[in-house]
Order: sequence, then structure tokens, then C-alpha cells
Amino acid sequence: MRRCVQSLLAVLRRYAAGRLRVDATLGWLLIAIAFSAVAPSWAAAPAAEQRAQPLHDPELERRALALGHRLRCVVCQNQSIAESNAELAHDLMNQVRAMLQAGKSEQEIVDFLVARYGEFVLFEPPFDARTLLLWVGPFALAALGLFGLWSGLRRRQQQSGVGATLDEAAKAQADALLAGDSPSKTETRVAKESS
Amino acid sequence: MRWKYVVPLVVFLGLVVLFAVGFRLNPREIPSPLIGKTAPHFTLPRFAEPAVTVTPAAWAGKPYLLNVWATWCVSCRQEHPMLMRLKQEGVRIIGFNYKEIRGDAGLDARKLSPEAEAQLAWQRIGAWLKTGGDPYADLVVDLTGRAAIDYGVYGTPETFFIDAKGVIRYKHIGPITPEVWQDQLRAKWLALQEGS
Repeated sequence: MRRCVQSLLAVLRRYAAGRLRVDATLGWLLIAIAFSAVAPSWAAAPAAEQRAQPLHDPELERRALALGHRLRCVVCQNQSIAESNAELAHDLMNQVRAMLQAGKSEQEIVDFLVARYGEFVLFEPPFDARTLLLWVGPFALAALGLFGLWSGLRRRQQQSGVGATLDEAAKAQADALLAGDSPSKTETRVAKESS
Repeated sequence: MRWKYVVPLVVFLGLVVLFAVGFRLNPREIPSPLIGKTAPHFTLPRFAEPAVTVTPAAWAGKPYLLNVWATWCVSCRQEHPMLMRLKQEGVRIIGFNYKEIRGDAGLDARKLSPEAEAQLAWQRIGAWLKTGGDPYADLVVDLTGRAAIDYGVYGTPETFFIDAKGVIRYKHIGPITPEVWQDQLRAKWLALQEGS
């Protein structure tokens, strides 16, 4: 990883010094690659492991993390409480651990958090009357779109009549083409017909 | 045949309405499931008497605002003069100090003993109330933030509107500014008064 970054930086240095001739696109591409290689090491904050208080029992800790991944962090909103570095996510994660240790079931813990923070904490909202549109909506729209596409294509096919009226002459021409008849002959025929 | 041309327009207008509403909503404002429920129970030390613990029952009988704050919270500091003004206007505000030491990114609470943490917290809160004034009719200190979880607190400041029966009627997320008070919150506070 580090070697990769270093070699990229060396290329960039040569590029900057004018010794390496690359067109602008390639240059930007290299810069982008260099940054994307470095970015994760900036983003990784060591604080997470320090503030987390993992359980000694590995099975319980595995359950805690699995549950944490299903619960949304209300501060950062697009991360789960198991991934997030926010203070509150750590507090809630430790709360989940404490409750598991106290023998609470996964469902009890989920209910505990929903009662306090609302269904927003669930990455997978329950399927009920209020969320019907959310769950069924995309499929209904896709079905509607597919139906529209199908009926539109069918109508167009009926209007243009493709495939429906292939008379004998056209069929013979098609057979000739498929059989490898001389192209010049067919070309002239096509030209004649179109003129 | 003409409806064919109307459909895209209707869809477009629908999207405009959807986006106009959707983009104005603040995704950080999560509706609290606690509205209409009795304020959750807690037992926390009182700032004025650290040896004494209080529960929400101590404030029952009259409506109040439960204001969640900390000295490290910049928005809370901005909100503070407004709280002073509200106190003058007779609004009963109960303070709920949230993770005074542990919530401060500039401090490492793990290096402190519980006693030292409490001592530092009381020091900081006292100093702040001395400079900015004390708008609180009562003030409790939640050093660990455990009681705040029961209130669904996910940031500071947050203010709960609690009626005389101890039922949460509204939750305001973010600082109370003069504008927000005038436009939305004052009516809600007056409604609490009438209910009692």
C-alpha cells in the first residue's frame, strides 16, 4: 500500500518536473488514483477501537456487532451504530452490549431503541400500512414501466406491421440474402425499390 | 390522444412538489416517539446539591421545558441568552446537563476517576452559569449520558416541552432562537399552560 503510494508519487514528481510526458487526462487520472489510494488512511480514525468496550465473550460480542449493523446511528444517519465513530453510536453500542450481557433478546433491544429514537433507527423498516408504499412502491413502478414498455412496443409493432406482411417476393429476397447471393445484385434491387 | 401530452407534465409537477417539500425537511430532525408519553424516569444528582438525587416527579404539577445542554456545545452557548430572556418571561426551564466531560471532544475522560470527572464537571458548569447567568429553575447532571438515552437525545441542545402531568408534548431539536420561539414554540408553551 505504502509502496504503491510512493511509486505513484514518484511518477507524479517526474510529471511535475516535466521529465515525464503524459497528456492531461492521464495526469489527472494518476492524481485521482494517488488520492484514492491515500484517502482511506485519512478516514480511518483510531478512536473507534479505543472507546468501544468489546465484550470478553466472543459469541456475545459477535451478536452485539451483528445487531449494531442493523441499527442506524441517529447522528450520522448513513452509518450503523457498529460502524459509526460518533459519541452516541458508541454509547448505544455499549448499551446493546450491556443488554445482551444481561440476557436480553435481540428483539427486546431493538424495541428498547425504537421506543426511544423511533423507527428511524431501523435500517429495515417494518412492513405495515404506513410503509406499504416504501416496500411495494418501487416494484409497482417497475411493473408499471414494464407494462408501458410492452404495450408501447406491441402497438408500434402493430402499426408498422413488421413481420405481419412479408410477401413472397420479399421472402425470396431474404432467402437469397441468407443463402449468400451476390451482394451487388441485392444492392441494385434495393436501390431500385427505394427510388 | 391529448392526455398523452399531459401525463409527463403531471409527473413533472408531481416531482416538483415532492422535491419542494422533501428538500425543505431537515433530515436531522427525527420525530420523537416519546411525544404524548410520560417523561421517562431518571435519578440524577442535582447541580445545586450534588449529594441529592432528583427524579422528574420533583417538577410535576406545573409545565416546564427540559433543556438538554453542555458547556462544550456551541449552539447551547448561543442559545443561552435566549433562555435567560425566557426565564425573565416566566418560563420554567429545567436544565439537563449532558455528558459535560465525556461529550467534550477536547478532553479524554478515560484518564479521570469518577470523582475527578464529577468535580471537573461541577467546576465547568458553575463557571459557565456564573458568566452567562443561570436560567434554570433546577439543574441535573447526567455525566454518563445514560438517562439521556431514555429521552432519545442524540444531540445538544434539545428541549422537551413537558406538561403539568409530566407528559412530553413536544421536542425541539437545535437551539431556541428568538425567531423559532416567536413563530413556533411560544404557542406550544402557552398550550401547556392552558392544559394545566
